[in-house]
Amino acid sequence: MSDTHAESIAFVRESSLPPAAPPEKVGGPFKWVKDNLFPTWANAILTIVALYFLYLLLSGSLPWLLNGVWNASSLSECREILDGATGACFSVISERWHQLLFGFKYPSDQYWRPTLALVLLFLAVAPVLFIDLPRKLLIFTGIYPFLAFWLIWGGPIWGPVFALLGVIVGYMVYARLVHNSFAKALAGGIVAAAIVWYVGGIIGDALRPARPLLEAVPSRDLGGFMLNMMLGITCVSLSLPIGIALALGRQSHLPIVKGICVVFIEFVRGVPLITLLFVANVMLAYFFPPGSGVDLFIRVVIMITMFSSAYIAEVIRGGLAALPKGQYEAADSLGLDYPQAMRLIILPQALKISIPGIVNIAVGLFKDTTLVSVISLFDIIGMIRGPILASTDWNGVYWELFLFASVLFFIVCYGISQYSQWLERRLATDHR
Amino acid sequence: MTTLTDPPKESFRPSMLLSDTRYRSITFQVIALVLLIAAIWYLGSNLAANLRAAGLNISFQFLNNPAGYDINQTLIPYTSQSSNLQAAWVGIINTLLVSFLACITATIFGVIAGVLRLSNNWLVRKLMAGYVEIFRNIPVLIWILIIYTIMTAAMPAPSAFRGDDPASSMMLGSFAFTNRGVYIPGPIWGPGSTIVVATFVASVIGVFAYRRYATKLLYDTGRLLPMLWPSVVILLVPTIVMFFFLGMPIGLDYPALKGFNFRGGIQIGAPLIALWFALSIYTGAFIAENVRAGIQAVSKGQTEAAAALGLRSGRIMNLVVLPQALRVIIPPLISNYLNITKNSSLAILVGYADITATLGGITLNQTGRAIECVVLLMLFYLVISLGISMVMNVYNNATKLKER
Repeated sequence: MSDTHAESIAFVRESSLPPAAPPEKVGGPFKWVKDNLFPTWANAILTIVALYFLYLLLSGSLPWLLNGVWNASSLSECREILDGATGACFSVISERWHQLLFGFKYPSDQYWRPTLALVLLFLAVAPVLFIDLPRKLLIFTGIYPFLAFWLIWGGPIWGPVFALLGVIVGYMVYARLVHNSFAKALAGGIVAAAIVWYVGGIIGDALRPARPLLEAVPSRDLGGFMLNMMLGITCVSLSLPIGIALALGRQSHLPIVKGICVVFIEFVRGVPLITLLFVANVMLAYFFPPGSGVDLFIRVVIMITMFSSAYIAEVIRGGLAALPKGQYEAADSLGLDYPQAMRLIILPQALKISIPGIVNIAVGLFKDTTLVSVISLFDIIGMIRGPILASTDWNGVYWELFLFASVLFFIVCYGISQYSQWLERRLATDHR
Repeated sequence: MTTLTDPPKESFRPSMLLSDTRYRSITFQVIALVLLIAAIWYLGSNLAANLRAAGLNISFQFLNNPAGYDINQTLIPYTSQSSNLQAAWVGIINTLLVSFLACITATIFGVIAGVLRLSNNWLVRKLMAGYVEIFRNIPVLIWILIIYTIMTAAMPAPSAFRGDDPASSMMLGSFAFTNRGVYIPGPIWGPGSTIVVATFVASVIGVFAYRRYATKLLYDTGRLLPMLWPSVVILLVPTIVMFFFLGMPIGLDYPALKGFNFRGGIQIGAPLIALWFALSIYTGAFIAENVRAGIQAVSKGQTEAAAALGLRSGRIMNLVVLPQALRVIIPPLISNYLNITKNSSLAILVGYADITATLGGITLNQTGRAIECVVLLMLFYLVISLGISMVMNVYNNATKLKER
């Protein structure tokens, strides 16, 4: 059959064509630049504007940053070294390093104590942050607050020891009773802890040593970035349980409990933190028994904790509301009572949903701890605006100090938010 | 044979207060109420005892006494002989002023940065991400201080503008940036200026009326009227005609260097600028994230469906994407406005006379009436916050998705 076509095919090529040039290379840096920076005319203009802006930013700041002076004892000496050239005077940071970190009154031979507390802090929060670590480490997390208190404030060791003992006894009583009834267990635990604290207070007074192992540091001597860290960590960890309680109270069907929680939350969220700090500074002392003399640090901690617990309560309420109603009904149908349903079914899920919100509040709160400089506590901003800029040596070194404080806050806050994103991915169970 | 009998009627036992759900809720509420009353009574009695010991009483008489201090930036008449109440009013108006200005500029910054973060230009996207991360992770208090320092330490003094060959010169001949603030030209209202303003207001109403008419015409008949250029014409032409017809009644008062300082025009003090700019650029970073989240919340299917209907890309944005994105964007936007109002209380750091600096600062320190001042201060912020959240609830209810 093949020869029937012999005439219909007029021409058959006998030699092969020379190979065509390969198609233009797809990919590589050139294509990336074309696709991402200059895809259209408008985009190209945008890129050029952005590049120019970047150039302005870098040409302004790089010489200043790279030409910085790190070893001078005053601004005038710094200017002599620079001799008219552009350059930062970072020596203020190296010279006032301890003041910026610990404040200007903390005894200088005791700086190792807050430093050790910070190192141990990482050890204590590690098992909370990373659920893969052995659970035994949580015991150290439980001990840490008392240890850190003793390290930073010093004084007789009996106070923290008995406080810890009270918590342990209270927890043991709670653990024995909780299978029977949650309310009874909670009340029993609190009563047991209170008894231990009361007895411990009497014993501790009797045992007060003439010279404590660690020199006592009054809380008005705390300062610098250490104060920001302490306020942030203390207030966030205290406000978590209070926030959960407030959120549950706001969701409750009991009108009086609900009313109390709503009024508290809306009141605290409605006023700026600075007015609450004014309350701590000038007003709160009037509400304590005459002569009790609660110091400013504790008063500030009370007010900031109130502030953040109201915000955390709202975040957790969002988490509770986001749970499908079926979860509540499933818990009921299993015959669980309210505390059991909350502890075993509702809260673990609701808290997981609320993690990003809680982290946002924590970051915001940590930034807001700088507000205490307004009521004349010497945190890092208070140190910069007060003793350092007012000194004759460093009067006029604004940028270096503000840059240093900004970098410290940026590292901590950015680190926390990156951690929260990692945790969200880690806990994601919706298998998308 | 069996007879049906009523179950034995349970008599009330005290243990049922805890074990029976019918009574338990009452028990808990009574306990809560008793605890609350006890706490209030305890705090109240402490307060009374402390006040007695200090020889103080609660009285708001001090509000009528002369304040005795000067305020550098006031929008309403005020002298140091005015009452403390008047000083508080000055503070309230200053708080509202800076909050209002910062809300507007923060929205502008935020929308621009949020939209550019979604741009397909890699460099712009990264720059905007950098802006958002840097501003969100550094306390607003540091930003206020930095910008205040730029305003006071890096700007030239008014004396630098003097002489034949001055070190600094006014921008466009009418704006002066000095370390005491920014001086801008102010309007002079001549006779007949009210008519010009009234014409302008009428034109604005006219623009809205025209747009409504055009929309109605489109829905009724399908005829499409041009929108942009008639709006511009209606807005500007009558006002300009009236302005020249009446012989230019509105003039500009340019600031000029007289003596040691600038006179004339409007002075915007360095504290106001620092606070305004810092609050808007800081909150702008938060708003940018809200805007981005809102736009990303509109599913891609919506855009594709609109494109399948044959809509142009501008119309897809206006008619399909934006209305849905705004539902997501506006609630956090309003709470950001609330944050601006609350953060404006940081004015006390840079010496801007807002309510916290007048009532909660100088008045409190001079009169020693701590409790009264702080309570009034909180009351003011509470009223603002509750008012704004009421507006937000109304909005949320109006835009709630109506399903089923």
